Amino acid sequence: MSASLANIFHLGIKELRSLWRDPVLLIFVLYAFSLAIYSTATSIPGTLNRAPISIVDHDRSQLSTRIRAAFYPPFFIEPVLIDESEMDRRLDEGHDTFALVIPPDFQKDVLAGHRPSVQLNVDATRISQAFAGSGYVQSIVSGEVAAFARRYRAAEALPVDLALRARFNPALDQSWFGAVVEVINNVTMFAIILTGAALIREREHGTIEHLLVMPLTPFEIMASKIWSMGLVVLVACAFSILLVVRELLSVSIGGSIPLFIFGTMLHLFAASSMGIFLATLARTMPQLGLLIILVLLPLQMLSGGMTPMESMPEAVRILMFAAPTTHFVSLGQAILFRGAGIGEVWPQLVAITIIGAVLFAAALMRFRASIGAMA
Amino acid sequence: MSDEEPAEPGTVAQMSGVSLGYGKTIALDDVTLAFPAGRLIGLVGPDGVGKSSLLALLAGARALQKGSIEVLGGDIASARHRRAVCPRIAYMPQGLGKNLYPSLSVEENIAFFSRLFGQGPQERRRRIDHLTRSTGLFPFKDRSAGKLSGGMKQKLGLCCALIHDPDLLILDEPTTGVDPLSRRQFWALIDVIRRERPGMSVLVATAYMEEAARFDWLVAMDAGKVLATGSATELQAKTGTTSLEAAFVAFLPEAKREGYSPVVTTPFEPRDGGPPAIEADGLTMRFGDFTAVDHVSLKIERGEIFGFLGSNGCGKTTTMKMLTGLLPASEGEARLFGRRVDPKDLMIRRRVGYMSQGFSLYGELTVRQNLSLHANLFHIPEGELEARVDEMIARFDLADSADAYPEALPLGRRQRLSLAVALIHRPEMLILDEPTSGVDPVARDGFWRILIDLARKDGVTIFISTHFMNEAERCDRVSLMHAGRVLVTADQRTLPASRGVATLEEAFIGYLEAASGEAGGAPESLLDDQADRLRVAAKSDASADPSAFERLSGPEEARPLIEGHSFPEKRPKPRAFDFRRMRSYARREALELRRDPVRLTMALIGCALLMFVMGYGINLDVQNLTFAVLDRDQTTVSRDYTLNIAGSDYFDEKPPLESYRELDRRMRAGEIGLALEIPPGFARDIARGKDVAVAAWIDGAMPSRAETISGYVQGMHLNWLARKARESGQPDALAGPAEIEIRYRYNPDVKSLVAMVPAIIPMLLMMIPSMLAALSVVREKELGSIVNFYVTPTTRLEFLIGKQLPYVAIATFSFVLLAVLAVFFFAVPLKGSFTTLLVAAIVYGAAATAMGLLISSFMKSQIAAIFGTAILTLLPAQSFSGMIDPVSSLEGFGRVVGEMYPTTYFLTITRGVFSKALGFGDLAGQFLPLILAVPVLLGLSAAFLKKQER
Repeated sequence: MSASLANIFHLGIKELRSLWRDPVLLIFVLYAFSLAIYSTATSIPGTLNRAPISIVDHDRSQLSTRIRAAFYPPFFIEPVLIDESEMDRRLDEGHDTFALVIPPDFQKDVLAGHRPSVQLNVDATRISQAFAGSGYVQSIVSGEVAAFARRYRAAEALPVDLALRARFNPALDQSWFGAVVEVINNVTMFAIILTGAALIREREHGTIEHLLVMPLTPFEIMASKIWSMGLVVLVACAFSILLVVRELLSVSIGGSIPLFIFGTMLHLFAASSMGIFLATLARTMPQLGLLIILVLLPLQMLSGGMTPMESMPEAVRILMFAAPTTHFVSLGQAILFRGAGIGEVWPQLVAITIIGAVLFAAALMRFRASIGAMA
Repeated sequence: MSDEEPAEPGTVAQMSGVSLGYGKTIALDDVTLAFPAGRLIGLVGPDGVGKSSLLALLAGARALQKGSIEVLGGDIASARHRRAVCPRIAYMPQGLGKNLYPSLSVEENIAFFSRLFGQGPQERRRRIDHLTRSTGLFPFKDRSAGKLSGGMKQKLGLCCALIHDPDLLILDEPTTGVDPLSRRQFWALIDVIRRERPGMSVLVATAYMEEAARFDWLVAMDAGKVLATGSATELQAKTGTTSLEAAFVAFLPEAKREGYSPVVTTPFEPRDGGPPAIEADGLTMRFGDFTAVDHVSLKIERGEIFGFLGSNGCGKTTTMKMLTGLLPASEGEARLFGRRVDPKDLMIRRRVGYMSQGFSLYGELTVRQNLSLHANLFHIPEGELEARVDEMIARFDLADSADAYPEALPLGRRQRLSLAVALIHRPEMLILDEPTSGVDPVARDGFWRILIDLARKDGVTIFISTHFMNEAERCDRVSLMHAGRVLVTADQRTLPASRGVATLEEAFIGYLEAASGEAGGAPESLLDDQADRLRVAAKSDASADPSAFERLSGPEEARPLIEGHSFPEKRPKPRAFDFRRMRSYARREALELRRDPVRLTMALIGCALLMFVMGYGINLDVQNLTFAVLDRDQTTVSRDYTLNIAGSDYFDEKPPLESYRELDRRMRAGEIGLALEIPPGFARDIARGKDVAVAAWIDGAMPSRAETISGYVQGMHLNWLARKARESGQPDALAGPAEIEIRYRYNPDVKSLVAMVPAIIPMLLMMIPSMLAALSVVREKELGSIVNFYVTPTTRLEFLIGKQLPYVAIATFSFVLLAVLAVFFFAVPLKGSFTTLLVAAIVYGAAATAMGLLISSFMKSQIAAIFGTAILTLLPAQSFSGMIDPVSSLEGFGRVVGEMYPTTYFLTITRGVFSKALGFGDLAGQFLPLILAVPVLLGLSAAFLKKQER
């Protein structure tokens, strides 16, 4: 037993030394957990950013001019004044997302209390701008009209108020979320890439054969890769959370970081087993690269990090329940944002452990079976 | 031979002052040489002395750095001259089948080259049949090149080289790793060719000195310099030696010869006691229906040096792996020291040291680190470890490189390190798989002295495989293996005499011939029919037997290998763009793709899979949001308010909350996304017209979801108020001074799938086809087959477009698949003309693959091509092409890229056709830039593509 542990330890040290001698991969890891996190978090644009709008102004009154002047960057680009005949073509060709049509005698009708209508055409194929933007346009126009009309009519207060408060991230700052999701995604990505590449590298250099003739078991070889590569990712992740996310991006972290690191450790066990599994399917580094793309993208996009699990169909949700990333994303969100403790996140911890054990066993079986073909 | 003479009619090539370096390494150092025409010229010297570089320069495959080279009467540095003479040169690079395509069959490989040289179908058929018959490959025409034995691969390489009747044949180590019989047959073939075409010059590099002795003229090389030139007898005479190997050693500089003395062997005296070191009994290994090792039985005594001979791929390595327990045998049994080999038995591994083929230690660890790692893994006690490592370093003379990385060491020293590692745990037996291939003679002899010392002094049993005959002569006993079977096991000293021949090599050839004859059911009649080639062919089809034909190509059969005495004169002038050559590349690419399961999967379903994933991954429609209510009022009004929300499709009500503490806990656990608190006296205060506020807490952990929730809640709140106002008879109470009518055009329900799917299609069709196209070129660079592009008349555009075409087809197929998925699975309505969309998709596919080709010019490894293409195509496609924000919203760099990037225009077309019901007429302005992108990108790729290695 202790001999086996010693083997696992020495082989793992060898992996760490190998990685140390691969500057490209090291720089990539470093970049992904520092600069990439920082730039993703700070460059996430608001949902509405320089939305193109054009205005067909049939009124040409004081009020319509006020409305035109109310659209300006960064939410909108300066509105283009167009004829009604141009409107369709511009929308068709995707030049404008919004086209506002102000009817003739608009100002007069407003003042007369006729409640005239302004028409807002929205290119609904640009979903995010369309959705968030039409609300903005609506409130800008009604704000201007109301302010203009206030001189003549008093506004009525709503009888019941709705006091909305966002918890955990009061300003709904996208960068908070973006940063943490990026860390979580990178943990999965590097656990798979580093362990997968560590195995393929042995195969391509013929060193796996060498290991197999020594008094070592496949279990020891696999375990050594998992602990060493997992450790690298774990350290990078802790560094990223403590320094980049908490200090540089000043995201307020709600829960216990040690608990999150513990969860990450369990997740790394599962993800790096997956890396080994993929490496036994691929014969060469390029094949591993293609496999990783085919596996990693679905894992990242469907685990609840990009869009909430609630918006996915039942079948996808059930399928993704078997992926460790789903539980890891929900664990990360719960601990880091909502300050959840072990009392709340134990189901995720258990799920990750079970999935990890299954993946490890499957990878070990594949690894044992493919040894003949490898050597 | 004078060095400074200009090219005269009698020379085929002339080099003067040629130097070549790769980074810091100098491959060739100021070489000046003239190669006489019409001769069989040999370049001799160990690996890494510059032989390959010299040949690659002569073939025009590698760019000249310094000096000048004239080949076939012109400057090889001039692209024009290369184009003119490349149909007259044939080049076979080093490495078994390096320029062949392993997934293609024999026939497909030759046909590919035939098309490149513009041969028509009839001529091609005739030549392929003729070449395959003459080389004995005819029965294996449909076997893939990767599954051929080493000797057969080299014959196939020769067929590919001879398809166009070259005047200069350049062969780089054509017989390395090939068994003696195949080797002899190979040279017989060369003799036949030379007899047929007396004017042809043949340049061969070889590491076998025995082989070189029969060449007309030799160039001995070492460390990038020419040591001597002349015939074998001249060289021996100059040095006063009797063998070429000895002559070579004599030419080496003083420093290298230091300590050199011939290897002395002492006879083996069996020790008594104990079971034999190795016993194999009927050992068999099958892979599918292929038997790699067929009932091998061996018995090796302790302390014996046992040589294991055979060609590459004959089963030597597999046998050794079974003996070490690396591979479980399909049948039979192996015993080491009387103990049955069991892969699970780790104890036996401590008694064996193994050195695998090629260098296989960790390049990232220093010499010392490698040694201590292995010492640790063999559990050498901590106290002894240091001493043991030092002992090994001293014994194997590694002291000056103890802290160096193996990559920086010369091959001979690396082999010593490998041996030191294999011996670190003091094993009783060493299994060495071709430990000396590529090592120079001096280092090799040094290595053997260590082995003999180990065997005789320490009594270590040595089981060694080799393909050098002079190494076999240093063993006690040898075994010859061929096609999975052991043909003979005997004492090498008495073996030649028992066969009545002079040398061990001849004895082996005799065994190989006998084995081939027997295996083929003695087809003597075939041999009698030499005159009638057609009948031979007909029979061989029927008998389909390899060995019969390997025999046929023996030295006696003087069949013309190159038939076309009339061809060279009417060689077609190379054309600027030849559709046949382009099609040849396209056809080959398609075949290779079809046979690579991982790439094919990626090509065919990659797009569809990712579309499925992204369709849901980027979906912004949120449903089934969980919420719970802390109702402190508990009146009909408060319940009505709750029902208003619970009744909608978007929300899913969870059990009500009792306290703030519970609210806190359930929200932390992620159980609820929204909590509403209705204050006490809610109904009463509304009735009195007092100010009331409902509090809503949203889980802000996921901001986009929180914004959606907040939008929904506000909307429903207003809805409820409006209803209340209507019920109380004040419908206008909430109305503003003007109304805003919103018309959501093209996607009236504002469904995100309807909006996103047409935008994902351009992104995927950019990423995956460009990645595959980039891979197709980089793959050839990495595997070495790109050399065929360097040395054949193929032009850059033929190469690029040929490679591109299959991927344009794949892109078109993917597009159709995506469109079907969009319409039938995601239920996105297709409002406009499908034809317009299809035409645009084909053009876009061409642009995307051209983009991949352009990226491939900057990538060296496949893995870099995969991730590089993903990053380089995804960013502009995602952020600068109007997928989320329209290009008109962008500024600066993003705007410039967006205006140029083809995805921008195709995106407008897909959205236009899918959602806006537009056709050709409306989208003409988008087609123009899209079409323009194809020639621009292709032109750039061609400009960056190199026609020579640098």
